[in-house]
Amino acid sequence: MRIICFTLITLFYTSCIAQQSDVVIKVPNGFSTSNVAKDFGRVRHIAVNSNGDVYMKLEKLNNGKGIIRLRDTNKDGKMDDTLKFGNYVGTGIALKDGYLYASSNSEVFRYQLDNQLNIIDTANPEKIITGLVDKRQHASKSITLDNAGNIYVNIGGPSNVCQEQDRQKGAKGMMPCPLLETAGGIWQFKSNKLNQSYAEGVRYATGIRNCVGLDWNNEVNELFITAHGRDMLFQDYPELYDQKKGAELPSETMYMVKKGDDCGWPYVHWDHFQNKKILNPEYGGDGKKTGAENAINPLVGFPGHMAPNALLIYTGNQFPEKYKNGAFVAFHGSWNRAPEHQEGFYVVFVPMKNGKPTGNWEVFANGFSGMEKVTNLSNAKHRPCGLAQGPDGSIYVSDDVKGYVWKIQYNQ
Amino acid sequence: MNKRIITLGLLVLVVLLVQSQTGDVKSKASIKRGKLVYNKYCLTCHQADGGGVPRMNPPLIKTEYVAQDKDRLIGIVLKGFNQPIEINGEEYSNVMASHAFLTDLEVADVLTYVRNSFGNKYAAITPAEVKSVRSKK
Repeated sequence: MRIICFTLITLFYTSCIAQQSDVVIKVPNGFSTSNVAKDFGRVRHIAVNSNGDVYMKLEKLNNGKGIIRLRDTNKDGKMDDTLKFGNYVGTGIALKDGYLYASSNSEVFRYQLDNQLNIIDTANPEKIITGLVDKRQHASKSITLDNAGNIYVNIGGPSNVCQEQDRQKGAKGMMPCPLLETAGGIWQFKSNKLNQSYAEGVRYATGIRNCVGLDWNNEVNELFITAHGRDMLFQDYPELYDQKKGAELPSETMYMVKKGDDCGWPYVHWDHFQNKKILNPEYGGDGKKTGAENAINPLVGFPGHMAPNALLIYTGNQFPEKYKNGAFVAFHGSWNRAPEHQEGFYVVFVPMKNGKPTGNWEVFANGFSGMEKVTNLSNAKHRPCGLAQGPDGSIYVSDDVKGYVWKIQYNQ
Repeated sequence: MNKRIITLGLLVLVVLLVQSQTGDVKSKASIKRGKLVYNKYCLTCHQADGGGVPRMNPPLIKTEYVAQDKDRLIGIVLKGFNQPIEINGEEYSNVMASHAFLTDLEVADVLTYVRNSFGNKYAAITPAEVKSVRSKK
């Protein structure tokens, strides 16, 4: 009897430990979360295959490797097989039509999968894109694919607002901004052609400072992106933006971008209070003057600096109807709000139909930072960075502080 | 004779004590002024606790860049910083602008503050040291 009791207690205790996470993730009623990965380090974007395999792209090598595949071989709900490959760091990862695509900060590779969804040759991927701008700042090459054989790559502008001296207080903005020729936009390439660079690609959309989140919206067959707005409005222009305004502005943004679109960076920023494209002070702005009249407007303006690092247009059937074709956005969490407290560190949902928001955005999953208010960024326990949808319609959220991945599902 | 040596010794001791105390008072005042400079020009990127922003803005807590080579540290404030850097195994990507517009006293104060905050305990930096680095460029 005693032995049975002891065994039961031990079992109970270990099962508690097994499910323990160092934070509690809050989700709406009817949803639940579970940990599928822990302690893999700087996990950036993630992709989930039709058999449930989870691929993670790392920004810091883990035992010399930059991609990790987790697999549940015996289908007991736990990842029991870990495969590490790829010797480069980066952010982007995507699955499409029998290939795994992954990016470094200057190149994109692809790996062919066989019928069992195993990578045929992990050591020798095809290099499809090469020679992209990598000046360390805004260097993440996020990727997504459409249904017509194209891949879209974010090439962030290596600058705050294209000043003559980057991030120098009082430095004027360059007109026109020369960085836009090779960065500050989305480039389109063929998904199956080797060694493409700028000459073979198309600058699909421009005027985008850094869009870490992007996804193809299959409902309307268009590209959707989330972009990071500029820094330092209060710090560099306290006469125009007080501490509170500088924390709230400029908006972080979600756009639908079509071929040839311009989103206005570095000349303007979006202001979700005025609902206008406001001319940046480096280009003569005063907080009210508008500019870049040819640039498109975003679909959503979120509060400033929260860093939307991933975008997922939900196509699953598991979640309630209101989530279908809506957008999940993972906010990495701000730093440029200091000395105000930081914001973000959560996943939000934007209800959409036909590619247009049908209501206000709402926080969907929260608690990743592990604290009520984050004042100093390095204290945040986790920062949401990647999103993916599983074959059963669950969604996955990755964290690039400690390398956790959570699965969120709806329980009827 | 013996008395004289003792008196002289005591005198030297008193002078040394007073000197070190004024030194203390001096650096305390410098730290206080330096905090104001830090809050205005440094806090956003390096954060209130000096912890920085992971992978973007370097931490100022017990790193060799803060602890060692004063000239290099002063030089970073004056010239800014934009090159690959690895601190305690992490890389940092953001650009730091030049802060040459600060006076020698402001640079000395803010660095003395940084070198005596966030768990750091390193020697003060003087305006003369800043002036010397500034004149070298």
